Amino acid sequence: QKVSVEVLDHLEHLALVDFRDSEGVERLQKAIQFADQLHEVNTDGVEPMDLVLEDRCLYLREDDVTEGNCTKELLENAREKVEEYFVAPPGNIPLPKLEERETFLQGS
Amino acid sequence: LAPWIPVVGLEIHAQISSNSKLFSGSQVQFAAPPNSLVSFFDASLPGTLPVLNRRCVEAAVMTGLALNCSINKRSLFDRKHYFYADLPAGYQITQQRVPIAVNGSLSYSLCIDNKMSQMVTKTVRIKQIQLEQDSGKSLHDDTRSQTLVDLNRAGVGLMEVVMEPDMCCGEEAAAAVRELQLILQTLGSSQAIMAEGQLRVDANVSVHHPGEPYGVRTEVKNINSIRFLAKAIDYEIQRQIEELENGGTILNETRAFDSKLGCTIPMRDKEGKQDYRFMPEPNLPPLILYDSKSLPANMNHQQVINIDWIHERLPDLPSVKREKLVEQYEILPEHSFTLLNEDGLAEFFESVVKQTQMKPKKVIGWILNDLLSYLKQHSLTVKESPVSSFLLADLLNLLEKKEISSTAAKQVLAELWKGEGKTPLEIVKEQKLELLQDQKELEQICQAVIDGQENE
Repeated sequence: QKVSVEVLDHLEHLALVDFRDSEGVERLQKAIQFADQLHEVNTDGVEPMDLVLEDRCLYLREDDVTEGNCTKELLENAREKVEEYFVAPPGNIPLPKLEERETFLQGS
Repeated sequence: LAPWIPVVGLEIHAQISSNSKLFSGSQVQFAAPPNSLVSFFDASLPGTLPVLNRRCVEAAVMTGLALNCSINKRSLFDRKHYFYADLPAGYQITQQRVPIAVNGSLSYSLCIDNKMSQMVTKTVRIKQIQLEQDSGKSLHDDTRSQTLVDLNRAGVGLMEVVMEPDMCCGEEAAAAVRELQLILQTLGSSQAIMAEGQLRVDANVSVHHPGEPYGVRTEVKNINSIRFLAKAIDYEIQRQIEELENGGTILNETRAFDSKLGCTIPMRDKEGKQDYRFMPEPNLPPLILYDSKSLPANMNHQQVINIDWIHERLPDLPSVKREKLVEQYEILPEHSFTLLNEDGLAEFFESVVKQTQMKPKKVIGWILNDLLSYLKQHSLTVKESPVSSFLLADLLNLLEKKEISSTAAKQVLAELWKGEGKTPLEIVKEQKLELLQDQKELEQICQAVIDGQENE
């Protein structure tokens, strides 16, 4: 079962990944096939496990102020800053629609 | 024309009142220099992990209990993914699968036809309460085509309260939110000040004909006060009705309320239906809560949250406080609503009652008609009142002892508002407002008046 172009396009939008070429898509297909092997196990009536740590105690921290006040350090790696604010483009710039961008997915 | 049934549901985000954030030790504070209340975790630097704040969990449990919810003894955390400059991690930690509290209810009261004397009680179902992170703040600089990001708010604990679509208009929604606000403030779990963004409300609105399925709903955001909440909802209901009656359709979209224009407009920056790719938060095991029965014997106290312990220590909720006021002081239910609606007014009333012989039933008139209207006229809070409970009680005592008339009392009160430090008795003497009790003196005055008339 191949992954459809619609799904690949959707993934590129959501995760901002670029499958780049057929090799990238092939790698994805193989990863899905590998994971699909899980379906061979009968899990009727079994609660899914989402964390191996599910039996561990969730540690609760006391409500004390112990961090912060490191503005300088945080801004050190910012490419652009304005008076201690991070600078970002105005709003989200969504990936252009499939028809409008250069991607090998168009040809598929 | 067939009648329309409007359907209104609410999603309310209340900022938890705590010293530090939900998953980090940064301080929670409204105004502070940008990016000064931010830890490495809040900035989503690699290698950092979330550590749950106990106080935030307690706040959510208190709120869940106050709203008659079932508290889930085992709840889970999830990641909700989307891109935005004020969400550095690219996901928000929330509780999508199993939230901390479910299936509650909130009762609120409405005046019929704006008459306070006719109040009706309504109930809205609470679908769930979940713990989640707040995002940072984006300041849009359109002139320079950029956004400035301040992460001080990023990671602050939120309780999202989801109300089922049991409401039908702006007035009901406003009353429900007002009651929730009072409850949160009474519990102390959130200060719920809308103006400071501590309480944010999104409304889901749709209309349909009786007997037909629910219509397409829109989400209305950017509502900054309870008054605007009612306006925004009523506008949206009207807009949808007009659109449908003109043969149009309603889009399942998000709209922003423009308070200046008094209307809702479609929000830009919404790229169709979002796919949040929810997944379990791998760095947090399930949150386990206990009650007296399930309390483990050997665990460190600090690591255990006992739901029953919290339940026993819940303060009187507004509805209980009102009942007690009505019962104890023989005032009307609508009086109790007004008393609780103004911060500090109930305490002021009780303080006056303690210091005067006048019956509470009479005192309440002075509190609600005279004191409150004066405060409103001058935009003062009860705390800022130039007339203290002591002074008012003093004045009412003079009235009760029949040393002055009711009219004179109002005059004295008008003088007291000036806040010049005079006592009621001093003002009475100054303005010669004492009621004459001496029979002979009264007769002399009356005779003089009659004589005066005869001479004209």
